[in-house]
Amino acid sequence: MAKAKGKAAAQKHRDGGLATEQLHEMYYHMAMARALDERCWVMNRGGQAPFVISGQGHEAAQVGAAMAFDPSQDFLCPYYRDLGVVLAFGVTAREVMCGLLARANDPSSGGRQMPSHWGHAGRRIITGSSPVATQILHAAGVALAARIRGEDTVAAAFFGEGSSNQGDFHEGLNFASVHRLPVVFVCENNGYAISVPLSKQMAISSVAARAAGYGIPGVEVDGLDPLAVYQATQAAVARARRGEGPTLLDVKVVRLTSHSSDDDQRSYRTAEDLAAERAQDPIPRFRAWMESQGIWDAQQEKSLAARIKGEVEDATEFALASPVPDAATLLDHVYAP
Amino acid sequence: MAMTYLEAVRETLRQEMRRDARIIIYGEDVGVRGGVFRATEGLQEEFGEDRVMDSPLAESAIIGTAIGAAINGLRPVPEIQFADFIFPAVNQIVQEAARIRYRSNGTFGVPMVIRAPYGGGIHGALYHSQCIEAFFAHVPGLKVVMPATPYDVKGLLASSIEDEDPVLFLEHKGAYRSIRGEVPDERYLIPLGEAEVKREGTDLSIISWGMTVNSSLKAAENLAKEGVSVEVLDLRTIRPLDTEAILTTARKTGKVLVVHEDNLTGGFGGEVSALIAEHALFDLDAPIRRLAGPDVPAMPYAPSLEHAFLVTPEKIEAAARELAEF
Ligand SMILES: Cc1ncc(C[n+]2csc(CCOP(=O)(O)OP(=O)(O)O)c2C)c(N)n1
Ligand SMILES: [Mg+2]
Repeated sequence: MAKAKGKAAAQKHRDGGLATEQLHEMYYHMAMARALDERCWVMNRGGQAPFVISGQGHEAAQVGAAMAFDPSQDFLCPYYRDLGVVLAFGVTAREVMCGLLARANDPSSGGRQMPSHWGHAGRRIITGSSPVATQILHAAGVALAARIRGEDTVAAAFFGEGSSNQGDFHEGLNFASVHRLPVVFVCENNGYAISVPLSKQMAISSVAARAAGYGIPGVEVDGLDPLAVYQATQAAVARARRGEGPTLLDVKVVRLTSHSSDDDQRSYRTAEDLAAERAQDPIPRFRAWMESQGIWDAQQEKSLAARIKGEVEDATEFALASPVPDAATLLDHVYAP
Repeated sequence: MAMTYLEAVRETLRQEMRRDARIIIYGEDVGVRGGVFRATEGLQEEFGEDRVMDSPLAESAIIGTAIGAAINGLRPVPEIQFADFIFPAVNQIVQEAARIRYRSNGTFGVPMVIRAPYGGGIHGALYHSQCIEAFFAHVPGLKVVMPATPYDVKGLLASSIEDEDPVLFLEHKGAYRSIRGEVPDERYLIPLGEAEVKREGTDLSIISWGMTVNSSLKAAENLAKEGVSVEVLDLRTIRPLDTEAILTTARKTGKVLVVHEDNLTGGFGGEVSALIAEHALFDLDAPIRRLAGPDVPAMPYAPSLEHAFLVTPEKIEAAARELAEF
């Protein structure tokens, strides 16, 4: 019975483009992102990591979106919450931990940037900064170059809904749509820009509506469902590859942590609001769904948890044992050698 | 009353807002949250959402609208959450706010104070640590104020708000909680463009502004134990600049060390040095020395690199000792 159900589910996912193994991979990345992030907070509280910024609650959106891109030819411009995105694109737990602890072998910046300022030349993840929305223009430019160079590359920019108020967002969407560039704009809409709720950020309830001003599709997506995100992103990527131009995805997510380790969201959100969001945690939700489809069980959960725990442990130890940047390198890389 | 630098900012805003109903505050997270550093905590409760409001995340919009509001009779005191994020608003600040008086032949003005926390040493990395004063001190029409102490915060912020022209008011993040001092309850003004000798000395002069004044005072205190007498001049505002105070201290001690956290090349220390070279060269007993951040794009995150970047009291002490021995 369970087997028959599993078969049917697997069939269904193949229809959506994903086999059971890929669903398991999706879940692994989501769970890994969560476990690593939780470890980051432990290290923050333990005084080993001065700063943490989380993607908790965004994992389904991040992993679902990232898996729709091709790591061998596409380029990603993520933002600080995108742990799930970079893991799904091949960044390792060890690399993440080296970034958290600002080690010399942190692939993003050799310990120069704050944690979670992702970048990985080998993984086609373009270095990002703190000023929000700047990467939206970079993604458009990457797509422009791909088109001129005759490559099949699609570029992606990830950002929060608050950042969609910046000029760079509007200028980037306009530029990309005028030139019909192969870009996917992924807005991870958690309803808050630090303490400022969506209603005070914009007079509309849907960031997707902004796409109309640029003549491109704007799609609202349930960001708590990784399959919905995967499918919406896949459609946007396909459209981009066909040369039909950019798409704006408005992916609704929940922010389960404070903005960062320097923030305390209890000072501006009610306990009820926080509890309601906690109940929408996408990870147990996806697990329950897989179980209901007969493609996941308690035994698998147990062994996955053990594997992840081991990997997080290994990553932490590896990073702690890695060298800190030598002060003598302070002046390196201001210009090309 | 003794208070922190941060409390001096908040209490001055409160006192000024009680006195002048034209003052409004807005920026990212300044309302319910009271600012990410708590500089505006409690102000929305006291003055209401019309006068203290959260704005959308868009710096150009914050400053551009504040210009309009200032032209139409208000006294906006917009906050830029971190000085590092002022750059989307540079067009509005440099091309608009700073030259509206000049381009309108004196018929329009922009009485606005842009508050922005600057500076590093707080694990802020490349984009939460920058000193931005040199970019803006270059701009005629703009005033740039950088207090070092809670007392100066109060007098200078009140003067900035009263000023008829746009002021960039830079508050050092490292000072917010670490620097305490006496601040009188009653209102007082410190004129923009008046430096202050924070410590008298005879062997050499340290000229600085903002947080590095405090580090320089520490260095001076240590050097005093060795018998080296250091004068510390706090510029307080770098535009307008108190040229007289600079020349007076240079002539008095004959040796000048200019200290700033911002990187060396094109830093404001160059301007101070040039003034002394132009007007007091023959009163000097040693070449002017500058101690500043290194010429890298910004302050890195890793503690080893951050420390190597910072202009610490120890580095100031060493540079001053060397100059004293010259
Ligand atoms: C240009 C700029 N201004 C201000 C900030 C400070 N800041 C960092 S994150 C943030 C809120 C971002 O909100 P949103 O875009 O919704 O992303 P979220 O953090 O919610 O994922 C702000 C104001 C910044 N990083 N860059
Ligand atoms: Mg948000």
